[in-house]
Amino acid sequence: MNAMTDRYETLLPLKAEARNLSFYYGNFQALKNINMPIYEKKVTSLIGPSGCGKSTYLRCFNRMHDLYPGNRYEGAIDFHPDHTDLLSKKVDPIEVRMRISMVFQKPNPFPKSIYENVAYGLRVRGENARSVIDDKVEAALRGAALWGEVKDRLKELGANLSGGQQQRLCIARALATDPELMLFDEPTSALDPIATASIEELITELKERVTILIVTHNMQQAARISDYTAYMYIGEMVEFGVTDQIFIKPKRKETEDYITGRFG
Amino acid sequence: MSEPSARLKKDLTRHVKERVIEAILFLAAFVSVFTTTAIVYILVSESWVFFQHVPLGDFLFDTQWTPLFDDAHYGIMVLLSGTITSSLVALLVAIPLGTIIAIYLSEFAPFAVREIAKPFLELLGGIPTIIYGYFALLFLTPLLQKVYPDLPGFNLLSAGIVMGIMIIPYVASLSEDAMRAVPMALREGSYATGATRLQTALWVVVPSAISGIASAYILGVSRAVGETMILAVAGGMQPNLTFNPAEPGATITSFIVQVALGDLPHGSIGYQTIFAAGLTLMLLTLVFNLIGYYMRKKYREAY
Repeated sequence: MNAMTDRYETLLPLKAEARNLSFYYGNFQALKNINMPIYEKKVTSLIGPSGCGKSTYLRCFNRMHDLYPGNRYEGAIDFHPDHTDLLSKKVDPIEVRMRISMVFQKPNPFPKSIYENVAYGLRVRGENARSVIDDKVEAALRGAALWGEVKDRLKELGANLSGGQQQRLCIARALATDPELMLFDEPTSALDPIATASIEELITELKERVTILIVTHNMQQAARISDYTAYMYIGEMVEFGVTDQIFIKPKRKETEDYITGRFG
Repeated sequence: MSEPSARLKKDLTRHVKERVIEAILFLAAFVSVFTTTAIVYILVSESWVFFQHVPLGDFLFDTQWTPLFDDAHYGIMVLLSGTITSSLVALLVAIPLGTIIAIYLSEFAPFAVREIAKPFLELLGGIPTIIYGYFALLFLTPLLQKVYPDLPGFNLLSAGIVMGIMIIPYVASLSEDAMRAVPMALREGSYATGATRLQTALWVVVPSAISGIASAYILGVSRAVGETMILAVAGGMQPNLTFNPAEPGATITSFIVQVALGDLPHGSIGYQTIFAAGLTLMLLTLVFNLIGYYMRKKYREAY
């Protein structure tokens, strides 16, 4: 219920809002009645111990769970400005993914050139005009702070890049299609500290243009980059609030125990 | 130096037992190497006898293959044309169908459909080829003759099509294995950009699995080139320098069957031809295996 009070206190525009969201893998309930706002052009972090449902929650937003049989959503994710429930059976998950892009835990570039990796989302949308694709690829690579490093080797395989560059390539791929909401699923957990720092800087820059929801294992990372933080535990949203408040004076004892390292 | 203590001394029985086991394992491995070497030795030495009588130039460039006639010609091109034509027909059937089946099973089929379809597909590969041969001769050829009445009773087209059906399981099953080995992370990456299942299958999964799919194709080619019974039964066994599948023709394999069945006396030069033909066939499959090996190395995906 913190979510509600915060929302009315801040009066920020919403990008999305989870309402009584539950999720089931077969008979197993992985998410329990989650209510949470996602504010527009802000970075919202999801923290919590392994298996708490952070990634499961994140993957509800772009309907990734639809890819596997036996998964079931309950409740709603209200998406703005459409005021449409993303989880509705009448909503096409492909249309959802056209507007909500995702960056994964492990860099997963396609076995294609750097250029084609970034152009992929545009080609999926039927864009074939060379000049349009050229411009968008360049803009996305600049947006992902990768253009300077790869502008002379766009024809090379994406897999030839280093791990950190590959992840920025995946960010460029997710950015090329001008998404409204970007989902990051522990994007730096496979990277070294320097690559991690560059991705964090990038996320901070990206929030000028796009709303960001990020799952992270690393509490310092959540404190550094996010405006809002949600602490989850065994499928429940324990506490949601402004990042500083969550880290400095959490309202709930469980949150405090996790943040201070007494638990988790 | 003193004798090692009784507890640390070499255990003689254990030592001997290890050696015996090693020898048995070596012999088992040696059988396969020996067989291969022996086959190559016999093919090469018997072909050597053949090439003492027939110049290599005639063998490669003569346009007639008539070892059974008095006026004997030994132009392997004639048999090669039959092999190539029938194999091309077979691959035109097997590669598109095999690939489509693999894409369907790997990317589209629900779990239950795949569990039923795969054993059936593998059963198709277990049918003896002689049965395929009769299927070509007694079912497919008459069917094709209804559309194309001039088609001879023995022809490479019908044999090739049936051979293609025979190869489908190999191509489909190996291609499917390669596609299923593509990590889910790549598919999810594609779906997350808003791609459909078909886009994901064709633009991400197939390119990722290309080395496995290419080896499936190469295996299909090797099977087609080496296939014997279907062609012997339905292809006509008439040496015929043609690339028209609507004509009868002999392939390297069907010619070997014909001679081995006893049309020519042992020891005659005509009889020696089967070794030269066999050597050609072996070199041909060796080349395809090498291409397959090279492709696997070149396009190997490190996910």
